Amino acid sequence: MLKGIMGLLAGTVALAQPAAAQTQDPVLIRAAVLRVDDPGLPPISRLDLPPEDLGFAGARLAIEDNDTTGRFMGQDFEATEVAASPDTAAAEMAKLLEDGMEFIVVLADDAVTLELADQVGDQAMLLNARARGDNLRGKDCRFNTIHVAPSRAMLADGLTQFLMWKNWPRWFLIHGSHPEDLAMAEAYRNAANKFGARIVEEREYEDTGGARRTDSGHVQVQAQMPVFTQRAADHDIVITADEADVFAAYMPYLTWDPRPVAGSAGLVPRSWHPAMEAWGGTQFQNRFESLADRQIREDDYQTWLALRIIGEAATRTQSGDPEVLKKFILSPEFDVAGFKGQALTVRDWDHQVRQPILLTTGVVTTSVSPQDQYLHQTSQLDTLGVDRPETQCQFQEAS
Amino acid sequence: MKHLLSATTGLALLISADTALANRVFVTNERSNDVTVIDGETFEVIGTYPVGNRPRGITISPDGSELYVCVSDDNLVRVFDPNTMEELHTLPSGPDPELFVLHPSGNPLFIANEDDNIVTVVDTETHQMLAEVPVGVEPEGMGVSPDGAVVINTSETTNMAHFIDTETYEITANVLVDSRPRFAQYTADGSKLYVTSEIGGTVSVIDPATQQITKKISFEIPGVLPEAIQPVGARVTSDGSKLFVALGPANRVAVVDAETDEVIDYLLVGQRVWQLAFSPDEKWLYTTNGNSNDVSIIDVEANEVVRSVQVGQQPWGVVVAPD
Repeated sequence: MLKGIMGLLAGTVALAQPAAAQTQDPVLIRAAVLRVDDPGLPPISRLDLPPEDLGFAGARLAIEDNDTTGRFMGQDFEATEVAASPDTAAAEMAKLLEDGMEFIVVLADDAVTLELADQVGDQAMLLNARARGDNLRGKDCRFNTIHVAPSRAMLADGLTQFLMWKNWPRWFLIHGSHPEDLAMAEAYRNAANKFGARIVEEREYEDTGGARRTDSGHVQVQAQMPVFTQRAADHDIVITADEADVFAAYMPYLTWDPRPVAGSAGLVPRSWHPAMEAWGGTQFQNRFESLADRQIREDDYQTWLALRIIGEAATRTQSGDPEVLKKFILSPEFDVAGFKGQALTVRDWDHQVRQPILLTTGVVTTSVSPQDQYLHQTSQLDTLGVDRPETQCQFQEAS
Repeated sequence: MKHLLSATTGLALLISADTALANRVFVTNERSNDVTVIDGETFEVIGTYPVGNRPRGITISPDGSELYVCVSDDNLVRVFDPNTMEELHTLPSGPDPELFVLHPSGNPLFIANEDDNIVTVVDTETHQMLAEVPVGVEPEGMGVSPDGAVVINTSETTNMAHFIDTETYEITANVLVDSRPRFAQYTADGSKLYVTSEIGGTVSVIDPATQQITKKISFEIPGVLPEAIQPVGARVTSDGSKLFVALGPANRVAVVDAETDEVIDYLLVGQRVWQLAFSPDEKWLYTTNGNSNDVSIIDVEANEVVRSVQVGQQPWGVVVAPD
């Protein structure tokens, strides 16, 4: 842990040891990060190719951060990294449970996340660092799961608040044909209802396969996109719901009418972005980049935050007992800082982490929602996503 | 154009170098990479001087002869002649220096290295690095006890105030405070230590003798969202009667009765108010307002904002030359 610092020291410089370093062995607090890789098609843009250490790099930074604090608390943190496929995920999870792991960060799609949550039962706390499904926070909610990743509803609401502030309420919604695209489209419909936008036209861009990344791919695309978007009802903006990454990235500048694009391309709602500089973000980006030698992705941020939640609970309770930590994380006393300008807390009705949503283009953070004019009686962050009165979540047991 | 302007005003400053250095106000501008100098009598801008990349923390030697600036992206501290704003030399600071505090004697300098989780101790005369003290994640706030025996560092992600012995450079105590502690300020008699928490929204009042938190000051402003109340800079009058706390995006400075630690008033200043500095006679308090690119000047006695002065881009730190 002190290795990096030792390396910097010149002969004449004294290394000051923290006097509070514990004499007895530090308490070990273990977690696992289980990443379930989907062997799907590569992304449209090669810039989006997933790095080998996706998510894991965020975990490593969180463990460094937790350990630095742990040095003063007599606590030592560890995260076991496991990469699985959808076929091997259950077996890998079984191994982690057998090993007595009580905190498991999961990076998987909606369906796999739900299966894993049911497999875990009351043996561990699952921290969802990828799946955005509103069903996971609604009718399929599980008491053992904390949703660190924002839900589709939160992302859609964050974007919609900004578009209403911009006075762009007439939307041309284009969604893909995959289940996750349909789910995102539904989130946009709900957001439009909630904040008073109108979907004046809606189309489905069907994924028919094809050689989208061949040498002449862009020639095809250049011809197809304008044709696909022509003769739409008068609209202010094109909203794309394309989680499967089939068409949205091609939309900006190729729409029939000269309109801005948002959603899956253009102005994109996200949990985090490597250009974010506000609220101490710069030093977080610096720390991540010097550790991982690349820019941060949302999966890294969400995994970092999941493990920081455990670390923060351990610091505040001064305990390494998983039961004490789980209870504290779910209590109203818990909050954690995540470089978003305010304390992040956990909703008691669906275990979603409340958080601001960044609205980003390729190179900058354009805005951060909630927008100022959307007020709320308890937390302004609850203007994003499904609020207490609307929730369909009913936890089976409140152990 | 800007450089030309600086050069001209620099000349003007050189000519008047011997007159009234006292009370000059130095403001670091994080984005425009320069320092704005304001006349503490007339509140006019005297000039703007390039100082290096991403200047943040700024302080001045007790005799007013050396101005120290943390130039974070240059990974060092630059030392200027406050009369001429000419660079005298640099000090090794360790990577990404953000804030620092001078020992009351003027030596050494204790620097928080935000990216590396260390506090670097530098001799201001020999320019040598004396020690590196490992602290928590993202060290930022630096305070020093009036007798110079203890330096406080706050670590923003670890959420602690670390007590560092200035003789041995060892940490003697760690006090857990609310989220993202930004600044540490002792009272002049050394009886109390104030630590601000940006995300926690509080100021912890710590008894330095026992290292226990005796009280937490919280803030409530009608019409301002609680999330926007983010305490950062803090200064207490030398008679221990008033504590001023910059509340960041709440665009207010809180006035606290430092006897009872109760909030008396909130003063509307510029946007995203960050750091504070008194004039030597404590008649005025200067605030840096990062988003409105100005400095507000507060009448300390009257609890009133009397002026605002436009400075460079994203003003961050402020120091006033001693009498």
